[in-house]
Amino acid sequence: MNPVSRRKFLKISAATISVAAAGSAIVKGAEALGNKSGKEVKGVQKIPTYCDICFWKCGAIAYVNDGKLWKLEGNLEDPLSRGRLCPRGTGGVGAHYDPDRLKSPLIRRSERGREEWVEVTWDEAFTHIADKLQKIKAQYGPEAVALFAHGIGGNFFKHTLKAFGTPNITAPSFAQCRGPRDVGFRLTFGEDVSSPERTDIKNSQCLVLIGSHLGENMHNSQVQEFAEAVGNGASIIVVDPRFSVAASKAKFYLPIKPGTDLALLLAWMNVIVKEGLYDKDYVQKYGFGFEQFAAELTPYTPEWAYPETGIEPELIRTTAREMARYRPATLVHPGRHVTWYGDDAQRSRAIALLNALLGSWGRKGGFFYPVSMDVAGYPYPAYPKPEKAKVDNPDNKYPFAHETITTGIREATISGKPYPIKSWFVYATNLIHALPNEAETIKAIQNLDLLVVVDVIPSEIAGWADVVLPESVYLERYDDINVEWFREPFVALRQPVVESPHDQKPNWWMAKKLAEKLDLGAFYPWKDIEEYIIHRLTTAGLSFDELKKKGILRGSKQPIYFDEGVSAQFPTPSGKIEFYSLQLAKAGFDPVPKYRRPLPGPLGSFRLLYGRSPVHSFSRTQSNHILMDMVAENEIWINADVARRMELKTGDYVRLKNQDNIVSNKVKVKATERIRPDCVYMVHGFGHNSRGLKYAFQKGASDAQLLTRYVTDPLMGGTGMNVNFVTIESEASHG
Amino acid sequence: MARFGMVIDTAKCVGCMDCVVACKTENSVPEGLNRDWIEYEVQGKYPSLHMEIRSERCNHCSNPPCVYCCPTGASHVHDLGGVVLVEHNVCIGCKACIASCPYDARFIHPDGYADKCTFCIHRVEKGLDPACVSVCPTHCMSFGDLEDPNSDVTRLLESRNHHALIPEAGTKPCIFYLV
Ligand code: SF4
Ligand code: SF4
Ligand code: SF4
Repeated sequence: MNPVSRRKFLKISAATISVAAAGSAIVKGAEALGNKSGKEVKGVQKIPTYCDICFWKCGAIAYVNDGKLWKLEGNLEDPLSRGRLCPRGTGGVGAHYDPDRLKSPLIRRSERGREEWVEVTWDEAFTHIADKLQKIKAQYGPEAVALFAHGIGGNFFKHTLKAFGTPNITAPSFAQCRGPRDVGFRLTFGEDVSSPERTDIKNSQCLVLIGSHLGENMHNSQVQEFAEAVGNGASIIVVDPRFSVAASKAKFYLPIKPGTDLALLLAWMNVIVKEGLYDKDYVQKYGFGFEQFAAELTPYTPEWAYPETGIEPELIRTTAREMARYRPATLVHPGRHVTWYGDDAQRSRAIALLNALLGSWGRKGGFFYPVSMDVAGYPYPAYPKPEKAKVDNPDNKYPFAHETITTGIREATISGKPYPIKSWFVYATNLIHALPNEAETIKAIQNLDLLVVVDVIPSEIAGWADVVLPESVYLERYDDINVEWFREPFVALRQPVVESPHDQKPNWWMAKKLAEKLDLGAFYPWKDIEEYIIHRLTTAGLSFDELKKKGILRGSKQPIYFDEGVSAQFPTPSGKIEFYSLQLAKAGFDPVPKYRRPLPGPLGSFRLLYGRSPVHSFSRTQSNHILMDMVAENEIWINADVARRMELKTGDYVRLKNQDNIVSNKVKVKATERIRPDCVYMVHGFGHNSRGLKYAFQKGASDAQLLTRYVTDPLMGGTGMNVNFVTIESEASHG
Repeated sequence: MARFGMVIDTAKCVGCMDCVVACKTENSVPEGLNRDWIEYEVQGKYPSLHMEIRSERCNHCSNPPCVYCCPTGASHVHDLGGVVLVEHNVCIGCKACIASCPYDARFIHPDGYADKCTFCIHRVEKGLDPACVSVCPTHCMSFGDLEDPNSDVTRLLESRNHHALIPEAGTKPCIFYLV
């Protein structure tokens, strides 16, 4: 064992001095915030709610001590958290106390993007927005308004804008994240993987992770189940250019050349088919077009894949046999953020096909069939029918896009075609960091008559807004109930735990007030959200009081595997698992995925890869003091030998320059054996340039800023973003 | 006599720092300071690597140099489970204990006293696990009585290979890492 270095001691001592001078922001925050209503309850109260630091929606118990938020723990009743939150959820306390939060509604008073504001009342803000929207509607029609919304908190804004008459409602979670995966699985099984994923990790005996770094990416239930599988001795196969945390748990680590995963997948399937290792009964019973599929695989031998992937043929064979050995309890994980190279839907389809060969869909240890409680939506009046079709996908250019494409809306906003988009509403998604090519986003914004941003912190996108609406953080508000699809049916309640410290308001209140200003009050027949929730619950025979007390109401267990009685139905055109896809062929695409070699970068550059930190969610948590105390800036991972050659060492500051001469903020080097020499890696979400984010300002570098290029997936419009290359510039040369 | 200790399964730990965050909120550890932390130990050459991830903290040593060197008696061994604690009011912040700890587990709290992991004795006294143990999403940490042959910690140590940190310092640490 290495002795613990003295370095840490020095670091701690230095921190002690600065903290002694600055005092504790957490304690200070608590004093400053107090309790507005003065209804302070003495002692410790425990209030159940569900988390919103990411979209997983874990059930939590908030501890409030003398009226002040103390800590958050998992709710044991909750099937998602199983009583344990992830580090971000535990650190959610910091979101409430964040001193950089947006405090009151703001209207822009100078040029866009300069972050100069006038504080206004809520009524002034809504009047301003409603006037502009009515003008846009009169001139261009209601379809000229688009909504970008992330997470369950967007539900009521969606409702208001549908009532207003626009079909243009979108989220980056499709075209910048899980879209290709869901398309690839739909094309194969007729259903997508959904969120939370229907992956039966805890029962897997062989788990294959391709670039999916569970443990660094903290989707709570998945990480818990991953550890359970490791504890059960499951065989773990990890494919990643980076020796991820998951790789350190693996029996087989495949250090793949970036961008060549599809070659590996085809070679694996070649071996499994050629050696007859697949689940023949399953394939025969449920499969369509297997013969044609098998014929297409013939050229993709492990020997063929070797020069593409850098993975030795024997290792490809051994791992293919390993997967077959444990089938059907072998799970080839479909990943989540899979917008990598622009061939992502086809790569995801290859993952679906490999799972189909192993017979894992609908089987224990593979993919289960999620179940849910029967809770109807609120009986609203019918929405007006938009006169124009959605703007994002003209002429059905991306025929398999089953959700709205953010970047398609951005393109239409820039070009005015097929029709102009004149207003964006942005709810809880920092589009400057979430979409590739910031310049295009800004160009689109400059074409708008109105940009409204609803957020809890002054994110970069809020900096560009005409009107900023400050939202209460999740711990201070009700939200829609979460009627989840998962292993067992349940419904979860988000309820206020503490009051908002300033003039922040919950999304439902804003969406309702705005609707009323737009003369759409008829779409909000309820007085407040409690009335809305009570209506939905009582119609379903559930008790609001009980839900308030427990936070979670669980239904009875239902079958989730074929073996337990789930009927094996595949809503594809053939009604079967489509090994060969006629609908792809008909649309002019490969009916069985084909490999195309990724384009190399400029000589001497490194492919830029990005990922997640377990203590941060996207670019939304860098002003949370507790989480920043864990990881305050990102690092650029550089292979140790490369770093040595470049005379760089861990802790040196550098800047990254991409192929389009965009230069990043300064970022710390992490010289490490844990990455290939041909790529570099950084955690997404850092390098904030919004001046309002005082604490996070320019800590680390932004990967998003460097993603000027993207390759659009021809099937569904997703943006493959692992196609950017950087060189490393010494910090000194930039001052 | 109970002898409290922790057993941490490095095969399961993913280094997520939930243990660090939970300690922070449970114990109001001031900004910039932490009572526990994560170490990554990487061996080998890419791509043949071995990595151990460890959640570390005060080892509540059975032979604690920090207690022996404390001039005021503030650093002491608690009656319950041999937990090493600091009496805040008695501590003069002289840092002798900090210098003597081979694990760098201690720091000076902004209020002037030496601080570190308490094994969450306030929770343990109520029959709860320490905050870090109870939060860990991978369930890789166990807390209990090392002297009790039926405790989880004892059984884990009997059934799995393990190591402690810097045994050569002779401090008899009470935190063990399963490999
Ligand atoms: S995974 Fe973590 S951040 Fe996401 S909802 Fe659960 S506890 Fe919150
Ligand atoms: S919470 Fe558990 S898994 Fe996460 S770093 Fe701590 S010990 Fe490891
Ligand atoms: S036992 Fe308690 S004080 Fe010690 S590290 Fe864990 S949470 Fe912190």
